Amino acid sequence: MQLYNEHAQSHCFVKSTALNRSSHTTSAPLSAVLSSARSTIEEVGLLTRFTARFFKTVFRPRYEFAELLRQCYTMGYRSFPLVVITGFIMGLVLTIQSRPTLAEFGAESWLPSMVAISIIREIGPVIIALIFAGKVGSGIGAELASMKVTEQIDAMEVAGNNPFRYIVVTRVAAATLTLPLLVILADAVSLYGAYVGVNLKADVNARLFLIQVFEKLDFSDIFPACIKTVFFGFAVGIIGCFKGYNSNKGTEGVGAAANSSVVIGSLLIFIIDMIAVQITSLYIQ
Amino acid sequence: MNTIVAQADNLKKSFGTNDVLVDISLKLHQAENLVIFGKSGSGKSVLIKCLAGLITPDEGTILLFGEDIAALNDEALNKIRKRIGFLFQSAALYDSMTVAENLAFPLRDQTDKNRDELSQQVLEVLTSVGLEEALNKMPSELSGGMRKRVGLARSLMLRPEIILYDEPTTGLDPITSKEISQLILDVQKKYNTAAIIITHDVECARITANRMMAIKEGATAAEGTFQELENAADSWVKSFFK
Repeated sequence: MQLYNEHAQSHCFVKSTALNRSSHTTSAPLSAVLSSARSTIEEVGLLTRFTARFFKTVFRPRYEFAELLRQCYTMGYRSFPLVVITGFIMGLVLTIQSRPTLAEFGAESWLPSMVAISIIREIGPVIIALIFAGKVGSGIGAELASMKVTEQIDAMEVAGNNPFRYIVVTRVAAATLTLPLLVILADAVSLYGAYVGVNLKADVNARLFLIQVFEKLDFSDIFPACIKTVFFGFAVGIIGCFKGYNSNKGTEGVGAAANSSVVIGSLLIFIIDMIAVQITSLYIQ
Repeated sequence: MNTIVAQADNLKKSFGTNDVLVDISLKLHQAENLVIFGKSGSGKSVLIKCLAGLITPDEGTILLFGEDIAALNDEALNKIRKRIGFLFQSAALYDSMTVAENLAFPLRDQTDKNRDELSQQVLEVLTSVGLEEALNKMPSELSGGMRKRVGLARSLMLRPEIILYDEPTTGLDPITSKEISQLILDVQKKYNTAAIIITHDVECARITANRMMAIKEGATAAEGTFQELENAADSWVKSFFK
């Protein structure tokens, strides 16, 4: 048997105090702001690296089609009732709320066109993306954080499998593919809601309603709106995965990952929307 | 038993200001069970995670099958990892998969096996840990002992030459703990594997250890056979065997 020398030195406490002294000279609020800014910059850097790793991995075999389909089913099919109900209410309420103003100007016949343009261009994509961030983004964040806490991600890594490809790439791809389809579905249901809303105080048949809707709708209304939902889906997926995959505070981290996935995902949706509107207005009159 | 399959030299690892590994060296020989024990937070789990390449040490070298893992790219490291099994403390079973899918998962990159051969291997390994009836169960339907057995079965799927056990008997009743310890010994005999077993369980150490190592405050405190450490003059080492 061999006994080794004691390592009684407390390494944690033998540190230079120079850093502490300098921090006392800086006011507490300023240092808190600087620390917060620094951690935000670090976070953005890590997210950029995470996104770059996604693009590096996504086009390389092996392709996880079975898991991708499972994720599309989980995110898409299971969000179906929520999207249908929300879409219907969105169309109905917007129609009911807009009618008095248009009636004041004697422009009630514009109601279907105005509601359709509002829903398809802006309200449909943004509202459904926000719902998607709340339902799917938080789910991805919590699921991955929980996998991290229970060492399931480590178990994949140590078995020589690629957890990033299996877990992250499939979820981000599924979110990117699924959200545009959900938005198209929600837009269609919203128009039905608007049709019901129009007929609450008028008698417009379905054919006339559709003619009025598509009379004013243009390719430039539909195409940019569809494209931006691809980016919304990608943002929700990548943020959920980033937060969950890098969660590191045990069970507390699971809640934090779910929460920040929704908050940051929603914020990114608005930022992307703002950029998309600017680009669209530059190129499409 | 003289071939060294894993070797760590002067490992150091800190998390912020917390020095977890201060200076650790170890050698693991072929078909040898090395039990590592020490107080909670002494760096045992960090040590085996460093050996598995899950945590990168700040200083020191790790040689697995004679190769320095720090010098390997991802592909080469994954090849080495396929020769290592890891039983996590919580078993780390994949929640969304059945037991059979859990076991088949590590083999998903091996395209040379067809579905029938894969099913056969899953059943064979599951039978070797006495859980063939759990084939189609979900992890949530398993008891703690069963989860550990399935975790061990999954790590055996790749026929590893080294198995790392992170507290294999923690949270189990004495009878199940003894069964798991016996299983670790059976695996060593049947598959001729080397193993590092992190444990606080004296009974587990008594059953499984060929050699033992004590870790104190991130450094090696003592090394020897079970009997040698049980009769050590050092009161700190001896206190674990009371």
